[in-house]
Parts: sequence; structure tokens; C-alpha cells
Amino acid sequence: MKDRKEIAERLAASGYIADAELATAISLMLMLKRPLLLEGEAGVGKTEVAKALASVHTTELIRLQCYEGLDQSAALYEWNYQRQLLSIQAHRGDDPDAVEDQIFSQKYLLERPLLAAIRRDRPPVLLIDEIDRADDEFEAFLLELLSDFQVSIPELGTIKATAIPHVVLTSNGTRELSDALRRRCLYHYVDYPDVDREARIIMARIDGAGASLALQIARMVEGVRKEELRKVPGVAETLDWAAALVGLGVRDLHDAPETVHETLMCLLKTHEDKSRVTREVSERLLGKVA
Amino acid sequence: MSCCGTNPGYEELDEVSRLVSSRLAAFLKTLRDSGFAVGLAEGQDAAELMTAGYAAKPGLLRSAFKHLFSARKSDWEKFDGIFDAFWLGRRVRSRSMTTGSSKAANNPSLKTLADGQRSGSETAMDQVPSTDDAGADRVGEGRMEGASRADNLAEVDFRKLADPAQIGQAHEAAARLARAMRTRLSRRDLARRRGYRLDLRRTIHGNISHGGVPIDLVRRQRKTKPLRLVMLLDASGSMSMYTGVFLRFIHGVLDQFREAEAFLFHTRLAHVSDAMKEKDAARALDRLSILAQGAGGGTKIGESLQTFNRWHAARVIHSRTVVMIVSDGYETGDAALLGREMAALGRRCRRIVWLNPMMAWEGYAPEAAGIKAALPHVDLYAPANTLNSLAALEPYLAKL
Repeated sequence: MKDRKEIAERLAASGYIADAELATAISLMLMLKRPLLLEGEAGVGKTEVAKALASVHTTELIRLQCYEGLDQSAALYEWNYQRQLLSIQAHRGDDPDAVEDQIFSQKYLLERPLLAAIRRDRPPVLLIDEIDRADDEFEAFLLELLSDFQVSIPELGTIKATAIPHVVLTSNGTRELSDALRRRCLYHYVDYPDVDREARIIMARIDGAGASLALQIARMVEGVRKEELRKVPGVAETLDWAAALVGLGVRDLHDAPETVHETLMCLLKTHEDKSRVTREVSERLLGKVA
Repeated sequence: MSCCGTNPGYEELDEVSRLVSSRLAAFLKTLRDSGFAVGLAEGQDAAELMTAGYAAKPGLLRSAFKHLFSARKSDWEKFDGIFDAFWLGRRVRSRSMTTGSSKAANNPSLKTLADGQRSGSETAMDQVPSTDDAGADRVGEGRMEGASRADNLAEVDFRKLADPAQIGQAHEAAARLARAMRTRLSRRDLARRRGYRLDLRRTIHGNISHGGVPIDLVRRQRKTKPLRLVMLLDASGSMSMYTGVFLRFIHGVLDQFREAEAFLFHTRLAHVSDAMKEKDAARALDRLSILAQGAGGGTKIGESLQTFNRWHAARVIHSRTVVMIVSDGYETGDAALLGREMAALGRRCRRIVWLNPMMAWEGYAPEAAGIKAALPHVDLYAPANTLNSLAALEPYLAKL
């Protein structure tokens, strides 16, 4: 499993076409037991890496989506207060110690993603998505968890990880991450795929996209990315567009310049970009596609 | 006999591993010098990788080390060059060495710009009426004179400061002012943090001891982000008389203050927050010396803003950000581009403040194509040629 080639092959089998460096990163991640920090523009497939990794290991994917104001009770654990209250009401008059023991037992504990990730028997893939959206305090807390892999719950005691999860963090770079977190992680910068790889991604993901069409689409998208746009289309957009073209029965982009221009809305997501890529521009781009 | 045969083998192996580890240590040092944050744990992991067979193939080792040692995109991009230079003896492209090395030797460093105020101030000395006037007023007040030099200085245009001691004082005052602005702004922010909504979950949690009857209410406060200041300073030739003072000002704002970022531009843009966070101001300016390449040439404000919008804006700008551009607006590039980029910038941030030191010059009108294109997108257009005019900014920023 540590072999990079094998990793690349198994990623490909699960529908993720990785470049050689990413395969190295994943093999290092397994060997050194460090989390992997993925950075890159929106839509280059950072989240997909974690999904593919889970399917490579045939294990569960546990996802924690970060947002501003995310705190421990949403990320780690929380007591089920309503249920505790009901139980207190129902056992009124019983031995108070017994009631207390009962309401602070596992049954009343709500497991959130981070706790779930360290309590599985089989190491899951833990995806901490868009860590840059969470607050600084949460980042510091996460750092502690990622180094010890144990959680202490005052009423219940310390819970140690039964298996160390494979941790993948992603960041869009909307905020500078702390050096401490960066240092703990392996770092991989995910760039837009080159034409060849993007074509292979299209072929792997979209049924009915032939090699020549996939290559044409990839070349066209590369051209669009070089235009001065507010929102550069990512791989997800490429796949949408490819699916649209295949769905409309396009076999060769040159046969249907009209359809090509009209479906560009799959790639261009703002009014400004849409008006910048006029019919002439799209024809010029199409002309460059062999 | 066989044991005698194997023993030297082990020793040789030891020798090899010692060589490798000393080489590795040297490499770690090189990385640290280039601005990588590399700790002991990384060193251990690197050693583990080398013994695990990665050392046999340079390409593979490079890729593995790159993941291990890089912590950000800039590291990621320059790593290959450093690795090749160290292990394979290839030349590093000059670009990849920018961070650590601060050889001021053959560049006209910004420090000299700041301290010397060479050519520019001489021409400015020809027309000094305002300095004289201010001085005359003070003389009238007699005994005030000695104590109030700073006040005196407050109204003097920066370009008319000639005597090094005066310049030093102006720098000090700018730094002091920046520090004062910083603390006052953040304190006001804290006092305003009121406003409440009921937090139902926490209320129930907090009242379990009352059997769930909500007696103590828990309220939720909206967490406001502190105001962030992003400064873009024009370091081109036409601004050289003012660059020094503003660099000190920026240094004062950045000093110990988390929510501020600084950029320098002339024909290209450079992120200087890290260099400016150096405690000692003179040393900070020294670290900037590499950026002085091109200072004194033309100004491409539009292109610099484009770089900023594309690569830095998402990271450094949030909803409570004021972008402060210090420039005379003499654009040598495309003015239409400047207009477009200003519009894009305006969409992202809360306010754009444009400080133009030339604005207070007699007979100055914003006629240059650059400033004309930019002005419609600017929220506050102010002169900043004296310490007082810098101080006048504070009430404006405090209101945001």
C-alpha cells in the first residue's frame, strides 16, 4: 500500500486522476502519520482528494465543514440536553447519583465529526474542509487534537483514539493559517490540472466523453482560464460543461460553435465574465483548439 | 574471521550516515535561511525518509522533501530551486532567494532613501516659505519654542525636511502616531460590541440545575471583526521624498498589530508585512532593500493593483478592511486598467482611502490620467504631507 504507483492506480480506479506528486504526498502521509494540508484555488478538486483517499482505503469519510464561529460543541461533542432533561423529569425521586451517572453516559453524548473520527475501529479519513474559514481559536484547538489524538470530556474522562485517522485539511487561502498548523502538516499545492490530466479526468468522470472530445474540452477550458476573468473556472465547472455537451449530443466542438458558446455558462459564473467572453472571443478560443 | 569482515562495513555505514546527517543539517539550515519554518520534528522525518530509500532517487527525494518542508505557496514554488542548488549543485534562479538574504550592497537601498532624502530634497529646498512662516510664529511665542518642536514639525511638509535630525524626529512622530492610532481604533471596537440574541442551547444547558426552567438566560453576542488596515505604498521615484516617512508610519502600524498588512509597489508589487514586522525600524528597512530595485523608475499602479487583486486580496481583505493607497497617482502604465482594478478592489473592501502627498501642493489638481481614473472609486481622498494631516485620518477610520 505504501507504493506510490499503486496509490496512483487505486486513486485512478476510484475516479481521481492524481499527478505524481500527490501520490508521493499520500504515501508520505501514511508513512509519517502526518496530516496533509491541501491548498489551491476553489474548484481544483481538493475535497475530491479526501473522497478518493477514503475509497482507496475502503474506509469511511468523516467530514467537518468549517465556518466562522465553529466551536467545540459543533465539532467535537455535545451533551444531548433535551434528552437529559427528559430523563431527569422521568426519574424524579430516584437516587440522584444514579440519575447523574445515567445522564452523563455515552447514551446521552452527541458525537460530532472530530470525536467520531477518533472512535472508529478502522481508521477513517477525516476531512477538515476549508479550515481557513474557522476562527483562530478553533485552529489552535484543532492543533492540540491533531498532535495527541485524545479528547477529554470532564464528565466522562479522557477518550483516546482507537485508531489514528488519516487527516486531510483543505484551505482556499482566504485567511493566513498559523505557522504551527502549517508545520504539523505535509503541504501540497493543488494547481489547475494540465490539459492532458484534465482530459483524463473528463474521461474518467463523464460517461460518453470520448478521448478526442475530452481533449478538445480540456484545451478550450485552458484557453478560457487564460482570459482575464473574475472567477476562473475549476475542474468541477469543466465537468459540468463536459456533461452538458455530452448531454446535448456534441461530438466535436467545431461542429457546434453555437452550442459551445451558449453552454459556456457552465464555466462563467459572473455577469462580468459572461459579457467579457463574447461570441468573437469564444470563436477565437475555439479556433485555437485543434 | 567473518566478524572482522563485517565490522569495518558497519563503521563505513556509520561514516556514511554521519555524512548524510551533517549534509541534511546543512540543508535544513539553508531552508531556514530562506524563510522556511523547519523544526526538529521535520528534520527527524527527513532523516527517516532518507533511510527509507528515498535518497536513492533525487527527483523522488525532492518531491518528498517539498511536501514535508513547505508550509505555504511561496515555499512550494521556490523549493525546487533551493533543493537543486543544494543537492545537485545547480544555480538557483535569483527569484528564489529573495526572502532571507538581505544584501544591501549593490542596491540603492530603501534605507538610504529613508535617511538620506538625497536629490529630491535639494530641489525642494528652493521653495521653503512655509517652513519660515511656521518658524516665525513660534519665535513670537518665545519660551514655547524649545518644548514644542514636535508641534512645529507637525505642519511642515515632509519634503521640506532637510536636516537629518528633523527627519529623524518626523520619523519618530510618524511611528508614534501610528501606534496611537492602532490602540485607539481597537479599543473603540471593543466597547461597541453589544447586541444580543438568545442562545437557546446554552440557556437550556446552563439551567439544567434548575430542572430546565430557564432562569439564567445566555445571550449570544455578535463577534465583530476588528478593523483591518491594508496599506499599499508607492515607492516610485516621484514619491521618493515621502517614502521614508511613510515606511516608518507603516512600520509603526504593523508593529505588534495583527490586523494590518503592507505592500510596496513601483513597477511591481511586493508583500512586505513580514519584513516590516522586524522590531528595529532600521533593520526592517534594510530587509526591504531588495525591493528597491526599480524604485525611482516608473509607476505601474494598475498592474500592481491587478497583482494585488489576483493574488493577495482574497487572503488579506475581509469585510471590515480599509485599503489605504499612498501614491501621487502618476501612472506610467494603462490608466484604464487602473480604473478597472480600482473598481474590483472597491467591491471587495469596505473603504478605499487614497493619500496623495502632492494634493497639498499649491496649484495641484488631479489632472494625471491615473488619478482621474482612480478617483471615482475612492471613498476618501486626502493629503498626507504633514504629520497633522496623517493624524486627521484617525477620526475617519474610527467611525468605520
